[in-house]
Amino acid sequence: MEKKLVLWGLVSGALAGLLAFVFARIFAEPQIQAAIDYETGRDAAQEALNQAAGIAPEPAESELFSRAIQANLGIGLGMVLFGVAMGALFAVVYTVCLGRVGTVRPRTLAMLVAGAGLLAIYLTPFVKYPANPPSIGHPDTIGDRGGLYLIMVLGSIVFLVAAVWLGRRLAPNLGNWNASLVAGAAFVVASGILMAILPPLGHLSANVAEYGMQNTETPQPLTDPAGHIVFPGFPADSLFEFRLYSVGAQIILWGALGLVFGPLAERVLRRGRALAATG
Amino acid sequence: MTAIPADSSTPVVLPVSKAVLWLAGTTVLALILYYFIGIDQGATSVFGNDMHVHEFVHDARHFLGFPCH
Repeated sequence: MEKKLVLWGLVSGALAGLLAFVFARIFAEPQIQAAIDYETGRDAAQEALNQAAGIAPEPAESELFSRAIQANLGIGLGMVLFGVAMGALFAVVYTVCLGRVGTVRPRTLAMLVAGAGLLAIYLTPFVKYPANPPSIGHPDTIGDRGGLYLIMVLGSIVFLVAAVWLGRRLAPNLGNWNASLVAGAAFVVASGILMAILPPLGHLSANVAEYGMQNTETPQPLTDPAGHIVFPGFPADSLFEFRLYSVGAQIILWGALGLVFGPLAERVLRRGRALAATG
Repeated sequence: MTAIPADSSTPVVLPVSKAVLWLAGTTVLALILYYFIGIDQGATSVFGNDMHVHEFVHDARHFLGFPCH
């Protein structure tokens, strides 16, 4: 039975990733292109400042893939494979949860597991380290940023598992409603403490040394030596839309995963039960 | 609150010990996939100083919330 559930997890994940890709292609790609155009313009302005100061220009980077490949095939394959990976994890968690988290219908359990995945793998880390379009993020700090992001992901997964365990422990005494509230509050407090401990990206030593004390790595206005602004900071509206769509794509991905997997799992479980009854 | 009839809830407890190979294998493969889509050739790299995977999934990496250059 677990083989079938894993198989349906992979199928549901691929489908969910495909849906999220269609959303990304329509809504996110214009924002990604706008961010890349901003970066190109800013680099040109920086180049002009450097030339005026007598600094030799840097050689241009060669591109491995064209924008057309990245904006269609690359993001498509990336989102579908991400969906497959999340679908596989989803199926494993669903299988382990079966019969161990109280009396829940198969479809309800699918939506609960999908919500848990969205919350722990994406939303909670997003609150501390939100998704960024191209041109935000310094190459020198990629190692630190990758590590910090994974700590957030791992931390929120551990906290959520612990919260579910706590809720199950408290349920006999407090009842389901109050036990869920206490467990939810414990998750929020634990995640909040972790967020307070981890440094803002702007406070990383490499960033402080080069840009002074900022909270994030979002590009500030570019100024000439006299202090005049020669190129604006990263457009706020563009950043907001990119992040809004990023959240939207994840809601679509996890929502579709739960909605597609639920009925399929119900069928597998009904057959399994029928087999057990006749066998 | 209405009680959920037993045959429509999820009382089936799969013996995890028997399914453990399948579940563990699936988890490992999923994590490898997660790693290559989100992290490889950024913070760490298994193919050394090559950027093909990174550049190919570049847009997805930004959009899915992973840190990127």
